[in-house]
Amino acid sequence: MLHIKNLQARIEEKEILKGINLDIKPGEVHAIMGPNGSGKSTLASVLAGRSDYEVTGGEVEFNGKDLLELSPEDRSREGLFLAFQYPVEIPGVSTTNFIKTAVNEIRKYRGEEPMDAVEFLKKMKEKMKLVEIDQSLLSRSLNEGFSGGEKKRNEIFQMAMLEPNLAILDETDSGLDIDALRIVAEGVNKLRDGKRSFLVITHYQRLLDYIVPDHVHVLYKGRIVKSGGKELALELEERGYDFIKEELGESVEA
Amino acid sequence: MSEMLTTLEQTALSEYKYGWVTNIEADEAPPGLNEDIVRFISAKKNEPEWMLEWRLKAFRQWQKMEVPRWPNVTYPDVDFQAIKYYSAPKQKKTLNSLDEVDPELRATFEKLGISLDEQKRLSGVAVDAVIDSVSVATTFKKQLGEMGIIFCSMSEAIKEHPELVQKWLGSVVPVTDNFYSALNSAVFSDGSFCYIPKGVKCPMELSTYFRINAAGTGQFERTLIVAEEGSYVSYLEGCTAPQRDENQLHAAVVEIVALDNAEVKYSTVQNWFPGDKEGKGGVFNFVTKRGICAGVNSKISWTQVETGSAVTWKYPSVILKGDNSVGEFYSVAVTNNRQQADTGTKMLHIGKNTRSRIVSKGISAGYSHNSYRGLVQVGKNAVNARNFSQCDSLLLGDKCGAHTFPYIEVKNSTAQVEHEATTSKIGEDQIFYCNQRGLDTETAVALIINGFAKEVMNQLPMEFAVEAQKLLAISLEGSVG
Ligand SMILES: Nc1ncnc2c1ncn2[C@@H]1O[C@H](COP(=O)(O)OP(=O)(O)OP(=O)(O)O)[C@@H](O)[C@H]1O
Ligand SMILES: [Mg+2]
Repeated sequence: MLHIKNLQARIEEKEILKGINLDIKPGEVHAIMGPNGSGKSTLASVLAGRSDYEVTGGEVEFNGKDLLELSPEDRSREGLFLAFQYPVEIPGVSTTNFIKTAVNEIRKYRGEEPMDAVEFLKKMKEKMKLVEIDQSLLSRSLNEGFSGGEKKRNEIFQMAMLEPNLAILDETDSGLDIDALRIVAEGVNKLRDGKRSFLVITHYQRLLDYIVPDHVHVLYKGRIVKSGGKELALELEERGYDFIKEELGESVEA
Repeated sequence: MSEMLTTLEQTALSEYKYGWVTNIEADEAPPGLNEDIVRFISAKKNEPEWMLEWRLKAFRQWQKMEVPRWPNVTYPDVDFQAIKYYSAPKQKKTLNSLDEVDPELRATFEKLGISLDEQKRLSGVAVDAVIDSVSVATTFKKQLGEMGIIFCSMSEAIKEHPELVQKWLGSVVPVTDNFYSALNSAVFSDGSFCYIPKGVKCPMELSTYFRINAAGTGQFERTLIVAEEGSYVSYLEGCTAPQRDENQLHAAVVEIVALDNAEVKYSTVQNWFPGDKEGKGGVFNFVTKRGICAGVNSKISWTQVETGSAVTWKYPSVILKGDNSVGEFYSVAVTNNRQQADTGTKMLHIGKNTRSRIVSKGISAGYSHNSYRGLVQVGKNAVNARNFSQCDSLLLGDKCGAHTFPYIEVKNSTAQVEHEATTSKIGEDQIFYCNQRGLDTETAVALIINGFAKEVMNQLPMEFAVEAQKLLAISLEGSVG
């Protein structure tokens, strides 16, 4: 599904990703953890094709295609979805209208007809139930005046509507209350179908209690420095990042 | 929405879509302007003596006036002696029915998406089509006539309803109001006239389409709308012009009168040729539009979507004379490439408890300049006058400019005048977010600007809203990325 080989990227002369290697197979859930500023969002942005970042080396293959050659919109149309850490607001454009446009752009890329209104509404209803999102939120301007939690839930709703092959969730759990966290996690779990893959970026083990990952990676200073099973997340929760730094031979302040 | 996007797809280049020339033998005046030309126009139209006198008076006044220099636009001086002031599409005889309209002319309107065919009519829209200054067809006349509504060309109104024309023409925009209104008064060759009798709610949208066709001609239409006590009408105006290298002049005058409890809604989708990327050609659009809420509880509402013209100079205004009257101005002005627009409104509060609302959305791209200029004036007897103004500017790129010139003059202490203004840029973040959901950048920009302009677009009648959305998208193609 996704093969990242020695990926390096920088922004404004600053080297941020310093050789990332990661393989995600269909149906797998990978979690990425790591201290603030280690490069997690950068990795997500580079995969989604944000032009501020310059890829200085490495390769990424997605569904047998050279991902780095594709425009951001084509990456999306190929089935890559990013739930943003900070979703943007688009005044005057309702979420419903936005998603409808997105759904139909993706269908067009696949050579399909636009979805008819009845089918679209049916799908909306179904997915609204899945993430327990309210109709009234969807008729408002996209993310405008949404609470932090509402924005995150809206990201997951869009993911459910677009049915991607690979979903990258960038700290979707931060800002969610306990109930919302459970709802979002259950939503993700319902979308796990053995083929769809997830890359979940989080700071908290708690999310991984709900979305149980196949692999956990620690990103530190632009490199994946440790990988393991779901128990690695527990260990990090208990011990913090210091033990990783120690393993790396870095001095740790008391 | 999805319809808009497919149009975007189809129009690969941001070229002016309506830029063809209809080949109809024109019946025209030689270039230049003097009293003889004024007489020629009047004679061509078989006008009564009083009309000729009115025109000549206007012409003499105009000769003493100066071109206004205060708008925030720059353009080469117009050579008023190089323009042809009359050009009528040549038609063999007077038409008895719409079936007799020149097929080529008919095709022109088909291309514009306007059906002159009463059988295949737009759903409930009566159309008066004005090509180069002359009205060629008015649809639905009979049905409207049965309700006492008069909807016809100005020339016809002068002949058939002289008492109404004499009473109201120039009553809202006096001949000497400004340089271009004086010029228009001297040389206008046609336009639409609309009269809604007491208590009648016009059951359909009345619509006029203006098109400049002949080269080197000016277009000077004159529109007059009178809404008697307790009546209602919604009026639409659409404009296009062919693509030409030289500039074309358009100087129209629109007057609206709303008597007691009457309401007039006037919507414009202006799409004159804006000139090419380098700013060559394009229409100079110098228009005077004004309405008077003469009666109590009356209401006049202007809605405009301005995407065309090389230079626009236009301030649809409302004189709020009747107590409790309401004036509204909703505007979206888009400028791209080298276009310049100086547009806004004037709300003149005279009566008690008068209210006005201004919503202006300026979108600038390329090297264009977009200015909002608005005056809110509260007279000393205008007790409890209220105004709310919202002026938002959206910039695409960093070579364009947006300017806001709000003028507020208040002479009554009970007035409440509120002004809000914002300027924003389409953010990389917004575009990337849309890209990430499968929208290409053109589509993303179209979506974002339509969202920005939504409050105004919502004011347009349905038939126009879709067209206006497409226009916004088309006029900004290629301006980002
Ligand atoms: N535009 C920029 N200019 C300079 N540095 C930047 C820019 N954007 C990001 N960075 C830097 O890149 C580094 C990695 O940032 P990134 O957002 O990827 O971290 P993160 O792991 O997602 O952190 P967090 O856990 O706080 O979300 C940080 O040091 C950040 O300051
Ligand atoms: Mg981050």
